[in-house]
Amino acid sequence: MGLLSDPNRRRALINLLTRLNAPICVVCYMAGVAWFMGLAFEPFTLRTYMSENAMGSTMVEERFPSGERAVATGREFAAHKKKVSGMPVEWLVKTMQARGLEVYTQRFSRTLPFPDENKERYMVKGTNVYGILRAPRAPRTEALVLSAPCTPGDNNNQAVGLLLGLAQYFRNQIYWAKDIIFLVNDHDLIGMQAWLEGYHHTNTTGMDWSPLQGRGGSIQAALSLELSSDVVTSMDLVLEGLNGQLPNLDLANLFYAFCQKIGVLCTIQGKLQRNDWDSVSGYSHAVQTMMLMVMKQASGRPWGDHGLFLRYHIEAATIKGINSFRQYKTDATTIGRLLEGMYRKLNNLLERLHQSYFFYLMPSLSHFVSIGYYMPAFGLLAVILLLRALDLWVQLATPPPTTEDGIADIEQVRHAHSSSPGVLSVLTPLVISHLTGAALYMLPIRFQEMAVEHFPVSETEAVVLTAIAVYTLLTIIGTEQGWRVLKLVALLYLAVLLGCTALINFSLGFILALTLVPAAAFVTPHVPKVLSAFVLVILSPACTLLFSVFFFQELQEMPVSFLDGWLLYLSVISQGILDHFLYGSLVYPLIALLVYPCWLLFWNILFWK
Amino acid sequence: MAAHRCCFPVWLFILCSFSLFIIAGSQETTVAPEQHASVLDNPQTAAETAEQTAGESGGVEERRWEGTEVRDAAAQKQAEPAVLQPTPQPKDDFQEELVVRPLHSGDIYASFQFRTLWETDFMRGNKVSHYRLFPKSLGQVISKFSVRELHISFTQGYWRTMQWGQPYLPSPPGAELWVWFQDSVTDVDATWKELTNVLSGIFCASLNFIDSTNTVQPSASFKPLGIGNVTDHRFLRYATLPREIVCTENLTPWKKLLPCGSKAGLAVLLKSEKLFHSSFHSQAVHIRPVCQDWQCKTTSWELRQTLNVVFDLHNSGQGKREWSLFKMFSRTLTEACPLASSSKIYIDITDNPEGEQFELSPATSLLSQAMVLGDRRTFSVYDLTQQDTFGSVRSLNLLIRWKSTEGDMLRPLLHAERYVAGYGLQTGEIHTLMYNHHPYRSFPVLLLDSVPWYLRLYIHTLTVTSKGKDNKPSYIHYQPSKDRVRPHLLEMLVQLPPNSVTEVTVQFERALLKWTEYTPDPNHGFYVGSSVISSLVPSTVAMDTNSTRERPLFSSFFPCKEESSYFVRVYTEPLLVNLPTPDFSMPYNVICLTCTVVAVGYGSLYNLLTRSFQIEEPSPGLAKRIANVIRKMRGVPPL
Repeated sequence: MGLLSDPNRRRALINLLTRLNAPICVVCYMAGVAWFMGLAFEPFTLRTYMSENAMGSTMVEERFPSGERAVATGREFAAHKKKVSGMPVEWLVKTMQARGLEVYTQRFSRTLPFPDENKERYMVKGTNVYGILRAPRAPRTEALVLSAPCTPGDNNNQAVGLLLGLAQYFRNQIYWAKDIIFLVNDHDLIGMQAWLEGYHHTNTTGMDWSPLQGRGGSIQAALSLELSSDVVTSMDLVLEGLNGQLPNLDLANLFYAFCQKIGVLCTIQGKLQRNDWDSVSGYSHAVQTMMLMVMKQASGRPWGDHGLFLRYHIEAATIKGINSFRQYKTDATTIGRLLEGMYRKLNNLLERLHQSYFFYLMPSLSHFVSIGYYMPAFGLLAVILLLRALDLWVQLATPPPTTEDGIADIEQVRHAHSSSPGVLSVLTPLVISHLTGAALYMLPIRFQEMAVEHFPVSETEAVVLTAIAVYTLLTIIGTEQGWRVLKLVALLYLAVLLGCTALINFSLGFILALTLVPAAAFVTPHVPKVLSAFVLVILSPACTLLFSVFFFQELQEMPVSFLDGWLLYLSVISQGILDHFLYGSLVYPLIALLVYPCWLLFWNILFWK
Repeated sequence: MAAHRCCFPVWLFILCSFSLFIIAGSQETTVAPEQHASVLDNPQTAAETAEQTAGESGGVEERRWEGTEVRDAAAQKQAEPAVLQPTPQPKDDFQEELVVRPLHSGDIYASFQFRTLWETDFMRGNKVSHYRLFPKSLGQVISKFSVRELHISFTQGYWRTMQWGQPYLPSPPGAELWVWFQDSVTDVDATWKELTNVLSGIFCASLNFIDSTNTVQPSASFKPLGIGNVTDHRFLRYATLPREIVCTENLTPWKKLLPCGSKAGLAVLLKSEKLFHSSFHSQAVHIRPVCQDWQCKTTSWELRQTLNVVFDLHNSGQGKREWSLFKMFSRTLTEACPLASSSKIYIDITDNPEGEQFELSPATSLLSQAMVLGDRRTFSVYDLTQQDTFGSVRSLNLLIRWKSTEGDMLRPLLHAERYVAGYGLQTGEIHTLMYNHHPYRSFPVLLLDSVPWYLRLYIHTLTVTSKGKDNKPSYIHYQPSKDRVRPHLLEMLVQLPPNSVTEVTVQFERALLKWTEYTPDPNHGFYVGSSVISSLVPSTVAMDTNSTRERPLFSSFFPCKEESSYFVRVYTEPLLVNLPTPDFSMPYNVICLTCTVVAVGYGSLYNLLTRSFQIEEPSPGLAKRIANVIRKMRGVPPL
């Protein structure tokens, strides 16, 4: 500030910033990317540690004995499921009652906005069954949830079996201080959404459900179990929830602590932990794990049934059993003991999980990157936009280089001030691009009503392409000042937009910044049109999504051909739209209503005349 | 017998006027003085009626029936002094009893009642200093604070109405205290404050946390249960502490109030490690004035100590589905309390007339029948004052062995539940659901809600709906809260249509507290006490009008008032609500950030704003300065 109060030094600083603007921006971009890549390097990250006192020091002895019986119950469940070809409601109710639970059911129905081709469903009707284990001498104020989805086919039978086995075992214990709700949800996420909406008596997505009869107070934590084989090689922890929300890190710590204690192999993103952080392969493994988390978080969709709990401030995670071709196997008894230990510790909680981080990335299960470490990477990218904006601001403020004719100069200055090229010439493209965005948001569903046959990805594409075509044709004629003002507005708009996005969902903000910031930085009407247009299209949100799809497949070590990738890309778009309408995911409206119009503004600047 | 009672016009009058506030808690129907008096007045009739009933119920002729609704107090008084009390006129009397009810769900419910009656007057200025059976600590409390009625309960757990039916004495989770003061008290609030602190000491409980922010004065829900008809609710105070945890340290002082302590009698069974190894535990103390005789010329004080406990079938009955006194309490009984005028154990065998549900041993021939909660129940009675009860082994260990499996859920005629709807930390909605399962009869209920001030109720959003239609309450008493001073009080009289669910919703906003007002564990949430639903519920006996019960036809045409409905108080579960909570490690960060902003930002901005900018002239050269000095000395203007 002292610097700014001195006009000479201020001028010098501004001169420096405007003269070296391009190199500084390039350096910032590279530094941002380098910082981000450095986050996965183990010496730069912190080891996870249990922050919550109530779960830290208390000793828990796991005694769950009846894994075999749980597997047998799972088989019985499978048989009944096959018999009624769906959720065996009556059998579940009877079985849960026999285990001494208070059993309730909830019916729900939902018609999707368009048929879901991945899961082949359109009109969904189902029933959730849940049993409440009432804690002795507790006044029904707190509860924990253990859920297992009832999926069609042969999946997840063991999860339901283990859930029932645990219910039976837990029922005979005296130490519970919180009610435990055992939930078997039909139609995975849709059922879970219905149950949560019923439990909290809200209706955010227009689903029909019957009101719940029994409750257990405020839910403190929840685990969702996915288990499809009698024995597993490792347990995988899934954290990413709706809109990129994550549960408190202590939940991950708890899982990791018990896996260590019981001796179960545990993974995150399906990747085991490696100890050779100093080798290249070890580092790249960590980068892959972290990038997978970033990609999943950026998608904004719930990656397991737990994802919907997070909206209600309930810490939740999904635990998946993975059965691969390793020698080392873990049986159901051990998994049961793992869950028993976790629930006993959660039962000890005095407060909600709040001590540890809510914003983090995990390069491995034992290490994490907190918000304080990863935000600078985004900050370095975002500062480019501000620097470019500053440059433009200075250019707009200082008069053009003085001509010989002094009067003409003054005239020009006055002209520049009085006509204020900004307002109207900026407003028109802003409004038009936002209208296009609104059209992009509305049309896929509207078109769907006309063409009922299948999901109209082609229509979406048509919308995008028409919009681009419209813009190439509809070149706006304006002054030299005009495009500068427009670009200034667009830069600041993008900076605010990305900043807000990164605060809520860092991964999404960062990925968008990676592609949109260079586009925003370089585009002017004076660069070669065809080449720049090509680059701008490559850096558009749609292409970012396409690249992300390929990159994600690459990270999962399941590379796809271009055609498959394209099909996957289309299904990802349809899934994104469905997520928005079914669960209230915000990524689709964000892209369609805000990011895409912002990109159009830059497109507009490119074709300025 | 019932018909006999009904003919008392006074009784009818009382029923009509205070119809909602009558307790039919236990089979010891000392509810209204008149009723008590009526039977006292005519004990023979009562006995005759009982015998008649017994005679008519054909199959149980070998069993002996006993009119236990009424204790023949006069007779006992004559009998007892000869043995125990040499003084000619004992004015106090102690009774103890235990009711065991095998519950529908396979659990078992044990309810202890200890009753001390003392014919004395604490109020009329005469200082009472000689105490025999009545605990001195409570007597002093009554006289010092001019208490007319005092009801205090400590409960750990929630009574599961859907599985267990109605309790004999309902109580909300946590601590509940309600007191009627004498109308001679001038400053009720100060007395109340002092009283809660004293009780806190007596019962080792956190009752001292009762202050104006959780005390209300219900206008209709809590009426005096003893004699006297002062119903000015200015002398009533009601408070609950839903967070209070009940444990051994509350049980010990409670046991010390008993005349025999835990040395003899039924109180031997009250061992804390077993009592707290249960699904539900509730202990209470009720003090009220009652009539001494039917003319009600003299009053006596009744102290009733109750303890209710439910043992869990699954937790303790591994494999073997059987219960015994030893298994429940890890003690057996060997004697009655020597100071007690009566000491009895009742086992509810109504659902088990032929022994198909459970088996009871040792068998007893003594049976008793009573109207409990609108239902006619049959009990096996064990009289501990009789030596032959204990048999040859000189100890009584009752055993209940289950034969059938546990049943489904019950459908009690009235039950209620409550929950918080919505998500986020800004607003929410409290839903209270009241179920009327009666097939054809609608009845009114009084709903009392006391909500702490930090949930700001939007009372204009109050809706009452049943069967999808708006249900207008006929009486609403709402007292808005004042921040940090008093809670919201909402009382409503709502008619519940038959076989329906009535939903009461009201929205609220969560207040942001001052940072010193948060509890040490703010992320646990804040408690909202139970709603209280008081009602006169049509009884199940009146429901089956064409019953095949062995009753004379002439007695069963008009539903008798006494049997047609009964008083029920239902407590909903308390709520745990999360308020917006600051990150309490934040102050450090905030201080750092604020200091930086003030030092750097504000300082330099202030500097910029207050400094006046001038164009500085280049300083003159050395020669010029010298010349100016010379010119100054010469007196000419400088260059």
